[in-house]
Amino acid sequence: MKWFDYECPRTVEAAVGLLSAPGRKVRALAGGTDLLVQLRAGRREADLVVDIKEIGELNELRLDSSGLTIGAAVPCYRIYNDPAICRAYPGLIDAVSLIGGTQIQGRASLGGNLANAAPSADAVPILIALGAQCLIAGPGGPRSLPVEDFCVAPGRNALAPGELLVSIHLAPPLPGSGAAYLRFIPRNEMDIAVVGAGASVVLKGNVFAAARIALASVAPVPLFVADAGDSLIGKPVDEASINAAAEIARAAAKPITDMRGTAEYRRHLCGVMTRRAIARAIARGKETN
Amino acid sequence: MSAKAYSVIGTRPIRHDGADKVTGRALYGADFTAAGLLHGAIVRSPHAHARIKSIDTTRALAFPGVKAVVTSADFPETAERMVDLGEGDTPLSYARGNVLAIDKVLYRGHAVAAVAAASPHVAEEAAALIDVVYERLPCVLTAPEAMLESAPQLHDGKSNLASQFQHVLGDAAKGFAEADVVVEREFNTATVHQGYIEPHNATALWNNDGRVHVWCSTQGSFVVRDCTALILDIPVSRVKVTPMEIGGGFGGKIPVYLEPVAALLSKKSGRPVKIVMTRKDCFEATGPTPGSFMRVKIGATKDGRITAAQAYLAFEAGAYPGAMVGPAGMTVFAPYDIPNAVVDGFDVVVNKPSTAAYRAPGAPNAAFATESVIDELAQKLGIDPIEFRLKNAAKEGTRRVDGPKFRRIGCVEVLEAMKNHPHYSAPLGGPNRGRGVAVGFWFNVGLQSSATLNVNADGTVNLVEGSTDIGGTRTSIAMQAAEVLGIPVADVNPSVADTDSVGFTAVTGGSRTTFATGWAAYEAAQDVVRQMKQRAAKLWEVEAAAVSFDSGVFTSGGRKLTFKELADQLPATGGPVVGSATVNPRGVGGSFAGNIVDVEVDPETGKTTILRFTAVQDVGKAIHPSYVEGQMQGGSVQGIGWALNEEYFMGADGTMMNSSFLDYRMPTALDLPMIDTCIVEVANPGHPFGVRGVGEANIVPPTPAIANAIERATGVRMTRLPMSPPTVMEALWSAGN
Amino acid sequence: MPAQTHVTATINGEPVQFLCEPRQSLLECLRDILGMTGTKEGCNDGNCGSCTIVFDGRIVTSCLVLGVEARGKEISTIEGIARGNRLHPLQQAFLENAALQCGICTPGFIVAAKALLDQEPEPDEERIRFWLANNLCRCTGYDKIVRAVEQAAAVCKQEAAR
Ligand SMILES: Cc1cc2nc3c(=O)[nH]c(=O)nc-3n(C[C@H](O)[C@H](O)[C@H](O)COP(=O)(O)OP(=O)(O)OC[C@H]3O[C@@H](n4cnc5c(N)ncnc54)[C@H](O)[C@@H]3O)c2cc1C
Ligand code: FES
Ligand code: FES
Repeated sequence: MKWFDYECPRTVEAAVGLLSAPGRKVRALAGGTDLLVQLRAGRREADLVVDIKEIGELNELRLDSSGLTIGAAVPCYRIYNDPAICRAYPGLIDAVSLIGGTQIQGRASLGGNLANAAPSADAVPILIALGAQCLIAGPGGPRSLPVEDFCVAPGRNALAPGELLVSIHLAPPLPGSGAAYLRFIPRNEMDIAVVGAGASVVLKGNVFAAARIALASVAPVPLFVADAGDSLIGKPVDEASINAAAEIARAAAKPITDMRGTAEYRRHLCGVMTRRAIARAIARGKETN
Repeated sequence: MSAKAYSVIGTRPIRHDGADKVTGRALYGADFTAAGLLHGAIVRSPHAHARIKSIDTTRALAFPGVKAVVTSADFPETAERMVDLGEGDTPLSYARGNVLAIDKVLYRGHAVAAVAAASPHVAEEAAALIDVVYERLPCVLTAPEAMLESAPQLHDGKSNLASQFQHVLGDAAKGFAEADVVVEREFNTATVHQGYIEPHNATALWNNDGRVHVWCSTQGSFVVRDCTALILDIPVSRVKVTPMEIGGGFGGKIPVYLEPVAALLSKKSGRPVKIVMTRKDCFEATGPTPGSFMRVKIGATKDGRITAAQAYLAFEAGAYPGAMVGPAGMTVFAPYDIPNAVVDGFDVVVNKPSTAAYRAPGAPNAAFATESVIDELAQKLGIDPIEFRLKNAAKEGTRRVDGPKFRRIGCVEVLEAMKNHPHYSAPLGGPNRGRGVAVGFWFNVGLQSSATLNVNADGTVNLVEGSTDIGGTRTSIAMQAAEVLGIPVADVNPSVADTDSVGFTAVTGGSRTTFATGWAAYEAAQDVVRQMKQRAAKLWEVEAAAVSFDSGVFTSGGRKLTFKELADQLPATGGPVVGSATVNPRGVGGSFAGNIVDVEVDPETGKTTILRFTAVQDVGKAIHPSYVEGQMQGGSVQGIGWALNEEYFMGADGTMMNSSFLDYRMPTALDLPMIDTCIVEVANPGHPFGVRGVGEANIVPPTPAIANAIERATGVRMTRLPMSPPTVMEALWSAGN
Repeated sequence: MPAQTHVTATINGEPVQFLCEPRQSLLECLRDILGMTGTKEGCNDGNCGSCTIVFDGRIVTSCLVLGVEARGKEISTIEGIARGNRLHPLQQAFLENAALQCGICTPGFIVAAKALLDQEPEPDEERIRFWLANNLCRCTGYDKIVRAVEQAAAVCKQEAAR
């Protein structure tokens, strides 16, 4: 690995200052499970690495009446180790408990998963489905952005130079809401999604009051398929509605052929995984109804 | 079955190196360090096939911290000749060329140059500063393509078809004419890797007196010694290899890759140099097992007698000849008594890393083809697949297609054990499930081994042997000495010695270590007994012939001394007793293995889940049953990985796209059920304790057993490995599901 | 050469200081600087688990932690598992169950499994397999490893009851 300098600021302001250093290749370091692998393989370069794990806001994990705030550097295990969060956001728990394995989950953060902007990032579809917001700090002040607008190209996110993802915010779950994330992988763990599907629904009796669906690994960025979710709204909770939504998701996918599967296979899986994710979201929604 | 009562053999003692290995104290190759140690990094080809136009090391040498740079130009000038690196004759230029490319690179990852520097990071940075100019050449990646006239040639002036053979038994045409049913299919298997967890490593010191000392993780320290000496053109007496603990090999840690390079760097820098491969290097630049294209045809009569069989086997050798197609040709029909057969084998070079042995090399490929066709024949004939195999099973006296007749073997006993196993009749318990069976054969090689036993005055013995211990062989060898000496195995203290300190010992491979080095320990123990009898005779003033020895007690007339008591008398009766033996045994006993496997296939995704797996194997005599089970389980799981997901996923330019553990997808604990084992013991009459080689046969049946199970679950016959979810799904689609 | 960083940490209960470059992983620092070679490297990219250590109360792959990140942290490694002269029940169970062949994966498995038993005394087979999915073993097929962890769990429970 090439030499880099290391800084470990304590405040968001200090971090933003370091990230804005002119003329330097600066990278934020959260869990490092993407960054260190990429630096070592020469896929990314840095001459300054800014460790953001000592910053209070980035380590916050707070569930209250305004919803759930997840500091960008909070590792997955802290999220699934919190029983109240598990009850309120089981769909999110699906994702954080399947990223990597136990050791990876001890480090990997949602912020890193988002900021790395891989098309296969497992946390992103469910965050999109849950309508999460990214809270961003930067030289130009704070701003927020819906998760679906955060990833802009493979490996590229919407952060401007010097900007830092501070936290992710989810609204409180509504009665009748349920969500799920499912991915297809050839192994049972330690694998990259061939296709991932996140679905969240809000049920009013036997009718969909709201729904959002997003996919991993089928487009250059995690794909929000608004039409698929919208198609469910007002429809009865039955197989026909689910299949129709899954078909929309399938049609919207723009997968490529690579070592994880052919485009045709992936498109097919989109339908299958979307259908299964919606079904699981419904089952959970019924429990909270 | 072996009925003899043993006191040590067949028990499950804790291994002698156990405490070191569970506390992190055991020293593996990469753990070695020395004063003044430098770290090496290798420059590797980014192209699968190219001519090296020039190598400029100026920038690298100028980089702060760099102490030496080497290329193939640093090999001594030696005329081309044939050398034997333990696997038959190869041109010296091939042996050297795979270590550091000469004139051409033949696969992506091919080593081109190396740097030694103060730290691994500096070495890596400097390696990136070596400027190599390549003239890219078109590459060829599969055996059928490489055999075409129009294919790019890897070795100038030599055909890509490096060698071919034909075995003929009886009259295949006549045999097929007698058949009522004939099944013929084509099969493809992908290149797969042994996947040992410890990367290759080597440290070398070229001392000022011209002696080279190498510390490394290897399956054969003497192979490393001999190859390093040959490649560097120095006498073997000047090379000493100290084998460190080894983190898995499975055949892949027989060839040398780093040792000569580290030695050259040490010669130039005057300091010890350590090189450790990255995981990517392990995938791209060591020796995986060949991908293959095969066609197998078998005919049988209505009542289930096989009348003829034919196989066409084209194996990818990788960059240099030697694709293990030979053993594939010998094992392809080994489980069966087939009167008429013909086998054609082709060893074909392609622009992939030069292949090496991988557990029963060649046999799993061949068995995938044969056992799939056998299964289909049984289905067509309406005969139970185990019954069909039993009807045709090879026995003592059966002639293999490549000529030799089997001695006492356990094929029938393995099949009977499978038939009678509760797993075979258990309900499947759900939809989309299927049960498959298959059997497979692998040899057991003899080769040379040495062992020495030093008797201590307290009645313990120190056992010195030369087989590197990859799975508990210190203990299984020590147990054989302990059995002879009638002492507890804890009183035998085994150690694996360096090449200066023990007699020549061939590789830990070929399922030979417990068999052959165990035999050497047995003989060395007999030597100890012989000498100790003389000591007792001296004490008792009788003829040595009048002293008998049984269960650790020397007796003569009414007098008796235990081994321990007599050991205490050695100083007074002439000094230390050292027993030693060298063997090159012939009485090898090949092993048959069989699997019963239940799978469930998700019809919507094509993903196969292994629900239940039973591994059956004839092991001759299980010296340490836990280690035998461990071999069976480990081999089975490697077979499961091979069957379901493992493959070199090659880009058209010859780049391996999945050269990491993340994307190569070996099975994790979560992908598997428990692996049930059923040990069958048909004693090998050629070994004093009846031992057969057990390390390898277990990887042979899993791929066809799983393919056969998938067929039962889905109705679709898979003819390509791996049977990954996308391939199974595509097969389901083409079958109209 | 740019200056190295001074790191103070607690390793297996002992205060430890070392100098390292920011680019050096904690795995390298343990092995190459501190000579603690019990923690192994199999892949250097987080996939094999051979380099598993406990870092700040959680198991992590030390190849994906920088040495400089260890400042002020509590770390435990395979070298700290045995209880003085006595093996930990997991180590003993690995030996009794022949849960290692080559042994290169063993330190990582033992560190990971201990973390599981420390937090969940009675994990079932599925839980053990899930927890250990970040640890690759190529020799054993995992059967005997899973059994060893089950046995160690039972022993630890007995000990706790005493
Ligand atoms: C063995 C292994 C298995 C894996 N399995 C999975 C898997 O199953 N599913 C999956 O989705 N991923 C997987 N990953 C990838 C990775 O673990 C995840 O993407 C993880 O969430 C990344 O988080 P991190 O905290 O480690 O990020 P880091 O590596 O620290 O950072 C990732 C990127 O984001 C940037 N960054 C981080 N935080 C911020 C911030 N707050 N503001 C701005 N930029 C920031 C960094 O500069 C870097 O470019 C795996 C990785 C490994 C090594
Ligand atoms: S070396 Fe760290 S996980 Fe493999
Ligand atoms: S014992 Fe060899 S990798 Fe696990």
